[in-house]
Amino acid sequence: MKELEYPFDNGYIMKKKRSLRRALLADGTNDTRIKKKIAVLGGSTTADIVAVLDLFLLDCGVECEFYQSEYGQYWQDAVFPNEELTSFAPDFIFVHTSIRNLAFTPNPRMSAQETERGFENEVKRFSQMWDSLVERFHCPVIQNNFELPFFRLMGNSEASDFRGRVNFVNRMNLAFAQAAQERSYLYINDINWLSAMYGLEKWSAPEYWYMYKYSLNINAIPELAYQTAAIIKSLLGKNKKALAVDLDNTMWGGIVGDDGAENLEIGQETAEAMAFYEWQSYVKSLKDIGVVLTVCSKNEEENALAGLRHPEGAVSPEDFTVIKANWLPKDKNISDTAQELNILPEAIVFADDNPAERDIVRSRLGGVKVPEIGSVTDYIRVLDRSEFFEVTSLSEDDLKRGEMYKANAERAKAQAEFESYGDYLKSLEMKAEIGDFKPVYIQRITQLTNKTNQFNLTARRYTPAEMEEVFRSDRYIRLYGKLEDRFGDNGVVSVIIGEIRGDTLEIILWLMSCRVLKRDMELAMLDCLVKSAKKRGIRRLNGIYIPTAKNKMVKDFYGALGFANVCVNSEGVSVWELDIQNYADKNTVIDIMED
Amino acid sequence: MSEKEILPRLTEVFRDVFDDEDIVISAATTADDIEDWDSIEHITLIGAVEDEFGMRFKMGEVSGMHNVGEMISIIAQRGK
Repeated sequence: MKELEYPFDNGYIMKKKRSLRRALLADGTNDTRIKKKIAVLGGSTTADIVAVLDLFLLDCGVECEFYQSEYGQYWQDAVFPNEELTSFAPDFIFVHTSIRNLAFTPNPRMSAQETERGFENEVKRFSQMWDSLVERFHCPVIQNNFELPFFRLMGNSEASDFRGRVNFVNRMNLAFAQAAQERSYLYINDINWLSAMYGLEKWSAPEYWYMYKYSLNINAIPELAYQTAAIIKSLLGKNKKALAVDLDNTMWGGIVGDDGAENLEIGQETAEAMAFYEWQSYVKSLKDIGVVLTVCSKNEEENALAGLRHPEGAVSPEDFTVIKANWLPKDKNISDTAQELNILPEAIVFADDNPAERDIVRSRLGGVKVPEIGSVTDYIRVLDRSEFFEVTSLSEDDLKRGEMYKANAERAKAQAEFESYGDYLKSLEMKAEIGDFKPVYIQRITQLTNKTNQFNLTARRYTPAEMEEVFRSDRYIRLYGKLEDRFGDNGVVSVIIGEIRGDTLEIILWLMSCRVLKRDMELAMLDCLVKSAKKRGIRRLNGIYIPTAKNKMVKDFYGALGFANVCVNSEGVSVWELDIQNYADKNTVIDIMED
Repeated sequence: MSEKEILPRLTEVFRDVFDDEDIVISAATTADDIEDWDSIEHITLIGAVEDEFGMRFKMGEVSGMHNVGEMISIIAQRGK
């Protein structure tokens, strides 16, 4: 919904939140929305924060039920037994605290020792709370850090002197950051940064505290809620995967076809050139967080490449996994790009300076995000603050994603040279490492459960805490699969989790990344699954297919593997069974390195 | 600004905030007359009225207004 996309109008959202909610609930996506439960534990009033958070999550297809602690009871709720919260069983916990909730703050009369003790106790008070929460609820905890104080008793020394509150808040925020590094379930909501961007003076206007016990200006609530929603969306695997950029007047000033590459505004010579250069650098750095870069431009390809090769520019053609420079409509180019990358169009963000092109793509490809990027001095801010690519975990695979997609394109070329598909597969010299989960891969495995939509039999999602539990329990047979071939390493691409019930193994999760589709990796996984299952005395595998909006591709997956269909219900859920006592290995093209 | 100028704009704000196109307000309207006008929505209402008329209520005024008439007379003094 346009009203809820950055840059949004805070006042408008606050005023119209009821009608916005009504419109979102009536948008006809009832059946595909995922349902989640969020407990908001507040150190101040949270009513409108919840109301607006609800809007942003609904807008991306997540329908939430909320629990709100009684006023100011965040700590009590977290640490002491609370039947209501226990039976609520949250999927996410959001601890909304602020500088108003510090139980200790230093003052100029204190000794270094007193301040230090106060600091340690305060960190401990929060750590205890987080650990108690995760122990009881096994779910991600989103925790605000602290905004700076709105007055400075000692002036500038507040920042440098250990007795200053500015100094103290900065130390607390570093301690929170450290705590999050040490706890896989803890995510810091950086209101320190957000309040600075918004303007601390406005953010902290104290009348909202005096009148309503809100710790922030109510006009800033949409900003806070948007940022909080970004963390939740990212944890639910709703991040965007690729950026498609237009070129002329988007990546450089001028029109390469008319002006010639040598006359483009890019580099350090003029103000405009510098602005485009900084934007190009930002785009390029998105690769470092795993965003796949593509070009979607109305241009002759030759001219587009000349522009991208401009010696003063920050990017080069090699930074882009797909380059569409032609005269086809842009929505067509974007859907083709999605197909080539094996992702859904709605995983793409499109940046174009031309409002008409934006409008066409927006109207013809509903799911694609097309931010109103304004003029070149706004590009970075708008794209960045839209938080399409919010990082909640950064695995090594993220850094290599662009290369992997490129290797895929080379494979496609190689395929054309072979007579039979089997010959082609053999020529890939594939090697798979398949085995029980290992700590180094847990983060990637969890990430896969949250963002694999198409080849995913049950689309069951796991939070890091839940995955930790699966990892530790002997009720499960777990397999990860990593696939390498002569074009490169694909990383961890497949995951199976089976739950042991007597002599039967219930396959509760089977997923595979689409980047290794049609490589017989699923056969290799099944061979290994059968082997592990037999070792545990299992005689039968039970598979289940639960249809979602996106996993039609695997509707008959178990049938194709030789499972017998047991039943199908009216919602399309099907159950399958395979007797493994006389199972013969199916994979013939991948070398397995068992682990 | 006169009450006559204020009332239609204020009515629009009420309709937006309470998402009800049929709301009709007068100087005598109080929170009891509008079903959803509770202390939480009061906060949203005050913010929306401030935005609409480009002014701020004082802290004492926010909790001290007994009916729409009092709100209108404050807007009449300071609103734009």
